[in-house]
Order: sequence, then C-alpha cells, then structure tokens
Amino acid sequence: MCLLKNLSDPPKLAPIERPIVLQAGRTELNYWRDLWFYRELFAILAWRDVMVRYKQTVIGVAWAIIRPFVTMVVFTIVFSRLARLPSDGAAPYPVLVFAGMLPWFLFSNILSDASNSLVANANLVGKVYFPRIIIPVSSVVVALADFGINLILLFVLMLWFGFWPNWHVVLLPVFIIFAVLASLGPALFITALNVRYRDFRYIIPFIVQFGLYASPVGFSSSVVPEQWRLLYSFNPVVGVIDGFRWCLLGGESELYFPGFLLSVGIAGFFLWVGVRYFRRTERTFADLL
Amino acid sequence: MIGHETERERYTALRDVIGRTAKTFWRKTSELMRGDLVVAGDTVEEFWALRDVNFEIKRGEVVGVIGRNGAGKSTLLKILSRITEPTTGKVEIRGRVASLLEVGTGFHPELTGRENVYLNGAILGMTRADIRRKFDQIVAFAEVEKFLDTPVKRYSSGMYVRLAFAVAAHLEPEILVVDEVLAVGDASFQRRCLGKMGEICEAGRTVLFVSHNMQSIRQLCNQAIWLDQGQVRAIGRSDEIVSEYLSIELPDDSIARLNKNIALAAPDPAFHLVEVDVRQGGVSGTELVSGESVELKITYEVLQEAHGLHVYFLLCDVDGSVIFESLHNGDSSEYMPLVQRGSYVSTATIPANFLAGRSYELQIQASIANVRRFFAEPFSVGLYVQNAGLVNRAYAGYETPGKLAPLIAWRTDKL
Repeated sequence: MCLLKNLSDPPKLAPIERPIVLQAGRTELNYWRDLWFYRELFAILAWRDVMVRYKQTVIGVAWAIIRPFVTMVVFTIVFSRLARLPSDGAAPYPVLVFAGMLPWFLFSNILSDASNSLVANANLVGKVYFPRIIIPVSSVVVALADFGINLILLFVLMLWFGFWPNWHVVLLPVFIIFAVLASLGPALFITALNVRYRDFRYIIPFIVQFGLYASPVGFSSSVVPEQWRLLYSFNPVVGVIDGFRWCLLGGESELYFPGFLLSVGIAGFFLWVGVRYFRRTERTFADLL
Repeated sequence: MIGHETERERYTALRDVIGRTAKTFWRKTSELMRGDLVVAGDTVEEFWALRDVNFEIKRGEVVGVIGRNGAGKSTLLKILSRITEPTTGKVEIRGRVASLLEVGTGFHPELTGRENVYLNGAILGMTRADIRRKFDQIVAFAEVEKFLDTPVKRYSSGMYVRLAFAVAAHLEPEILVVDEVLAVGDASFQRRCLGKMGEICEAGRTVLFVSHNMQSIRQLCNQAIWLDQGQVRAIGRSDEIVSEYLSIELPDDSIARLNKNIALAAPDPAFHLVEVDVRQGGVSGTELVSGESVELKITYEVLQEAHGLHVYFLLCDVDGSVIFESLHNGDSSEYMPLVQRGSYVSTATIPANFLAGRSYELQIQASIANVRRFFAEPFSVGLYVQNAGLVNRAYAGYETPGKLAPLIAWRTDKL
C-alpha cells in the first residue's frame, strides 16, 4: 500500500528525453521515427502470423507447395497444349508458367492478407499504440515466407528440366522488392477503405481471380500484339512478371522496356496513393474498429 | 460526430426523400474523399467526449481518474496512449508511456503461454531482451510454470488473466496508464496485483489509474481527477475527491431506509420506536470520519411503564460479530431502573478517535431485561468510517488494523 510518500529522495530514473507532443494533425513528425522504434513489434507480429498459419494444420507447409504446383500443371495443359501458345525462347513451358506464378502469388497473397489485416487485428488497434502501417506490412513477411518455398520449388523444377538461369538471376532481389512495393500500394489503399466499408475485402478475390487471367501468368506477354503491348503494361503486375521472367529464364525471355517502365511508374503511383490515403485515415481507425 | 436518422413524418414526399438521400450521399462522399470519419444517419451532431480538460501531472505522482460510465475516462486514456488523436488541444508527454487498457492484448489462442508472453510483452512495448530477462519472474508471478508450453486456448480463464496481468505488471515504463484492469482473478491474486501496483507507485513511476473501485483509488493514489460528462469536475487529494464523488453519486439514503424499516415494523403494545438518526458534525449520514464524535439519536415512545427497559445499540463488524454493546441507561447504579410512560430521545455519543477506519454494522434494539426483546431482529445500518481528522493525519487513507482505534494516552521518559 502506498503511504503518502516522502518526496525528499526521488528514486533514480533515467533522464527524460525530449517531450512528445500530441496535437491534432501533428502526429506526422513522430510517425516515421516511431516506425524504427517499433521494428521489434513488426518482427513479432510477422512471426506470430507465420506461426499461427502453420499451427494445428495437417497439410500445413505442404499447402504452400501443392497450390502453385497444381496451378502450374493446369496452366501448362490449358495454355500450352490446348491453346498452343508459345513459350519464351527455349524455356520449357512449365518453367515459364512457374516463373510467372511466383510473383503473382506473392502479389495476390499480400493483397489478400493485407486487405483484411486491420480488421483482423482490431483488438490491437483499439488498445495499443504503434504505427498502424506495421500491420499490413507484416503480412508481407508471411507472403514472402510462402514465396521462399515457391522459389525452392522453381529451382527443383529447373533441375528437372535441366534448364538454368544466367547472370540475370543476380538481380532477383531487386525484382522481389519491386513486386512487394507494387502490391503494397493497392493493399494499403484497400485495407484503409475496408476499415470503413467492410465489403471492400470482397473486391480482392475478384481482382485476384480476374487478374490471374488478365496478367501474363499462364502465358508469356509476348503473345500480346505489338500495338497493345504498351496499354497492356498499365497493369503493374505485367511489369513485375516480365521482370521476373527476364531474371529467371536466362536469355530466353526478353524485357519489353517501355512497358516495364510504365508498369514501374504505375506501381510507384499506387504506392504513393496507398500510403497517403492510409496515413490520412489512420487516425480514424481506432474509432471505426 | 454522431448521426441521427430523421423522424419519418406522416406524409413523406418523394421530393423530401430524394433531397435527404442526395444530401447524405454528398456528405458521405466528401467525407470519404477527405479521409474523415463517415457517419451513418441523416443528420449529424457534434458530440464531445472530452471538453476543456486541463491538468498537469508531475513526475512520480499517482493519479486516479474517477467518474460515471460515459464520463470520458477511457477516451482520456486513449488520447494519452496515442490511440486516438485529440480533435483540438495539445498533450505534452515527457517519458515513455505504457498503457494497460486491457489485459491480454494480442494474446493468440493458438500460441503457447511462452510464445504469448513474448508476443504480449512486445505489444506492450518491452524489448525481447527485457522479456527474456524477466521471463522467470513473470511466470512465477502468474503461477503457470507447468502450462507454459500448452496453447493458451486450453487455459482456464483465471490462468489466462493471471498470465496476462503478470506480463503487464513487469513493464517498467516511466509513465503507466491503467484502465480498470485490476479487478481480475481470485482474491489472493487481486491482493498480489494491488501489491504489485503499490510497488510500482513506490518506485517513483508516474501512474494514471482509472477505476470504479474507490477503495483502491484511495489506497494507491495521492491525487484524483473527477470527470463528469467530459469535463473536469474536481481535482485534488484522492480521499477528498472520492468522498465528494461518493456523497453525490451514491447519496446516502441508508438512514432513510433504516427509518422506513422501523416504520414497517410490527407494532408492540409496550414500546414504539419512532426514529433513529446518526449524525456527525450536525450532518446526518453513515459516511463518517474517525476524528469527530458520532451521535446516535434514538426517538421512542414507552407505552407501558416497565422495570429494566433498555434501548441499546451493538456495534458489530461487517460479518456480524459484536464489538461492543451499549445501553441507554447502562451507567445507572440501579439494578432494573423503572422507565415511565412517555416519549423520549436518547442520544449516545461515540467519542472521537475511537472508531477505526473501516466498515461497521450498527444494530439498534430495545428490550425488557430478562423478559423479551421488542424486535425479533435488531434494525441495522452500515457505517463507513474513514481514518481522517486531527490525529493520525500522516496515515490518512491507511487501513488501521483492529476493530477499534481508541486514542490511548502514552508517556515517554528518557532513561
């Protein structure tokens, strides 16, 4: 029990740093500094999501392999055998499809997980302070874990076909980062909207399903006629997938440069819009969740 | 901002419906674009959860925040924890803030106890090194050593809250903001929680504590803020503020109820109890202080004269055990004094500095000695005595041991 304290000898505590000022509209200044401060929380949330995904599951990790593998088989049959679409250069069709699926699944997983992440973590948002952008970004880590597994699978596939990438593969990390950033933009935008209007997350499966066929996952983007190619590149995923194919398929896949740059631009634009909208609506999250 | 649906008038013209819908649509779209909160409803009203709240808390102070439900206490804590942004005004915080707004924030049922300790600790702001260092203490406090590696969804609710509170109790922030989380677990755990909170207070940390438990506010806090409908109604010493709050929020009608019970009692041919009153300092009530004398006034009518008629009271502990008894003519030297017919008022004065700072039960009874009691059950009322007054000021708010605290004369001589 606390008796009225004898305040003549205050206990030794660390000296106080600069004060934090909370005021309407002023939270910007603290925000980016706080992001670094809360990096450990980010790591723990990502770890938690990965752990929870694979606990108490029977298929578990196997699911991360089965899904892309089966999709690859189906796409190869449909696009290569049935529709007789050509592959890029001498690359085997399955490898082509898989190299396109890798970034596509990364993109769609990030989009799906992130768009509902805030609502799923509503209890945290209402009770603890941390920069809220950590939540959708931590779902990137989970998607990257799946991506890693798929990458291994791709190399196994390449081993099977005896097909090896050339020096382009060194740039793979760059393209991975590009893929992540391209998906973060729309993900942040949708997740912020989803907090207010809960039906926005139903748009995601629709976009993903539509995008799976509209994007060059099952086929090479070189089948798109020349005059439409630039227009086609308005879809940022096109640039991502083309980049991945250029990277992984050795010299067999050519990069359509103007289209690629356009895709990069569009992805950057979406990222900027997404982050801005997220930051602007962030202060309302605690009240809406 | 709160929205209201407009009342449907009796004859709703299509024009009105279209107009209303269009206006609402326009408002919602512009709010969406601007990124403001979109409010459902036709008309929108401003509602201030907090307004004009100004105060300063110095380092090392333990401040309680009390108020009715809806007064704005949780909103205040949310603003101080940076969860909600203030609409206007400014808050300056010097030092690291840890908020305990809920016990078990972030606990995931699929993860084990061990994993959840790390998760919860990180969410509350502890670093991994911190958690690792204090891990054994946390587990020992929660008493869940055996179950650390089972998923938390298998825990009993008591274990769950014990573990959750144990993690929170080992935070070492400079400023701690706590919202009503101490009322969890069984009695022994609650006592340990209060003890831990007491340790935190004594370590010199600044604590802001919201609670409905006035006892813990009195015990732990030296200052208190009373919030009423979003505004600060009073700030001051915690025991004064709590007394003010209780006297207004819980108006003391126990004496009125006592007298109502007396009026409803079965009539007796020999004796009629009219009224009972408890007064201190001229004010009637059952919230008393130990430093002033208490007057117990019993008004009654004797309808048949009798030898050995006594009107008396028993002062009891809250569990009913008698502390002492006092008769209205107990100081008479006669064996069975005669009481004549008539109306009387007997006043007992319990001296100042006699009662301890605790709760009592006062029982009123009347009888003819060795013959019969007039009431099958004595009439009782609760007395709540606070340790306050001229003597023992240094220990104000401290619960005195023992059922009574008489002022005993001491003399000290140096040898």
